Amino acid sequence: MKEFLEGSRAVAEAVKLCKPGVISAYPITPQTHIVEELAQMVADGELKSQFINVESEHSAASVVLGALACGVRAFTATSSQGLFYMAEVLFNIAGLRLPLVMTCTNRSISAPINIWNDQQDSVSLRDCGFIQLYAENNQEAVDFHLMAYRISEDKSIMLPTMVCMDGFILTHGMESVDMPEQEKVDKFIASYKALYKLDTANPISMGLLADPDYYLETRFAIQETFKDLLKFIPKVSEEFKSNFGRDYKDCLVEEYYTKDAEKIIVAMGSVCGTIKEVVDELRAKGKKVGLLKIISFRPFPYSRVYEILKDAPRVAVLDKAVSLGAYAPLAVEIKAAFFGKKKSPKVISSFIAGLGGRDITLDSVREVFRKLTQREVSLEFIDLKPELLREEYGE
Amino acid sequence: MKEIRIHARAGQGAITTASLLGYAYFLEGKYAYAFPHFGAARMGAPMNAFVRIDAKPVRLRSQIYEPDYVIVVDPTLMRGFNCFSGLKEEGVAILNEKEGAQTPKIKAKQKVFVVPANEIALKTIGRPLGNTALIGAFAAATDELKLDILLEVVKKRFSGKAQQGNIEAVQQGYEYIKKALTKE
Repeated sequence: MKEFLEGSRAVAEAVKLCKPGVISAYPITPQTHIVEELAQMVADGELKSQFINVESEHSAASVVLGALACGVRAFTATSSQGLFYMAEVLFNIAGLRLPLVMTCTNRSISAPINIWNDQQDSVSLRDCGFIQLYAENNQEAVDFHLMAYRISEDKSIMLPTMVCMDGFILTHGMESVDMPEQEKVDKFIASYKALYKLDTANPISMGLLADPDYYLETRFAIQETFKDLLKFIPKVSEEFKSNFGRDYKDCLVEEYYTKDAEKIIVAMGSVCGTIKEVVDELRAKGKKVGLLKIISFRPFPYSRVYEILKDAPRVAVLDKAVSLGAYAPLAVEIKAAFFGKKKSPKVISSFIAGLGGRDITLDSVREVFRKLTQREVSLEFIDLKPELLREEYGE
Repeated sequence: MKEIRIHARAGQGAITTASLLGYAYFLEGKYAYAFPHFGAARMGAPMNAFVRIDAKPVRLRSQIYEPDYVIVVDPTLMRGFNCFSGLKEEGVAILNEKEGAQTPKIKAKQKVFVVPANEIALKTIGRPLGNTALIGAFAAATDELKLDILLEVVKKRFSGKAQQGNIEAVQQGYEYIKKALTKE
């Protein structure tokens, strides 16, 4: 049923539909509303879960790790500094092959302290062994949580998923969301059955020392599963479509007017909506432009990206994160998709925008298209304020 | 597409105002995206809330720079800051009344409506929270929303004594502007 909901509320409702047995979280802006809503549902008896209050994100992640190790479906959510505080536990969750589903409400990283949106937090944790899906709007945020449980808990996968949604823009944004029905969700996501679990009746150990004779294979195995995910995520997306009617195609990427496009922007998350508006505007003026939205950042769909962009003359990658001292994180992946291949765009330019909540406007996107010329841009920040830079250098 | 920009201070209910308006448009079968933008993250700091409305799903995620409508919850914000910045040529502004408040100069086709929203709120709700009186005034001034729909939204959002007070506030805000318009 279509409802007018805040993004956080919609995600909390989606998580409720997935019936996690244990929820643990520590509040941090802009994640707070999600876990407050869930705590309320548990307190009101609407959701039969154990909500475990903890003193930090490190403990929240440890609690859900423990729950999953005991064979119980779990959920947590965090953001920014909180995600980093979880980081070492997140690597453990993936290493233990525990199918956690968590929300990262994307927010910038200190210092200077900033509560607003960019994608530095989750992008920085790209190597922790979590599947990462980026939502453009609140409907996707809801649907991706459902798919995340279905994907993560499949016996052929057994890896955690981080659903990433832009802080404030989506978490605090209210819009129409078609909430799935409980019976359909129950059909789509079977109850969680762990392959191995901690059980006092049948004691086992998990996460023990793996010396140089064993460790390498654990990482190889995860890497292999990520390869399988490139086929498995599309399969789940197909199942999702037949159950709920919404079609995310392969759910790895979304193409928007890419077929004949001479200029394509590649981006992730809510900014894709703004880019679509500019694409429509420029198409109306006869300009052949398009958007390639990356949904799955991990696994990264190199082959799909290659197929879609190989004949496009010019590509601009718009990152909402920075890898200080190197090329931008998403740009690196896009460029890597073409090295040593037969075809390639003539230009792959890289732009950074929206850090720390700097608003990405229609003009920001128009500027990216304008700057996407024959001359490749290796890395350029959009919407810088020159007056602030003068102050910085004391000129 | 229509765009509304609300000016307030954190804690004055601008997000509630945006969500009530967004929900009302949603019930009228339109697509709405209501969202806040906080300045400094503390009570009393100037902040904005926005509503973007369209006949198709709203995809644009930026803030609103050229609004069709402006609602000023706290008129003290107009000191030294142009709340009408970017207001469309035929735009409409709804201002909460405050003695000595300076109203910005407007263009020929723009309209400004001043409502004693806090006064109405004190009488109806018992607290100087003018938001619901302002959305009543907004509906009357712009013909964008039906009064019935606004009342339905308020009934869904509030319960008990607050519900009754807010229903009256919406009605009084609405009637205040309708009366002013008949006098014209």
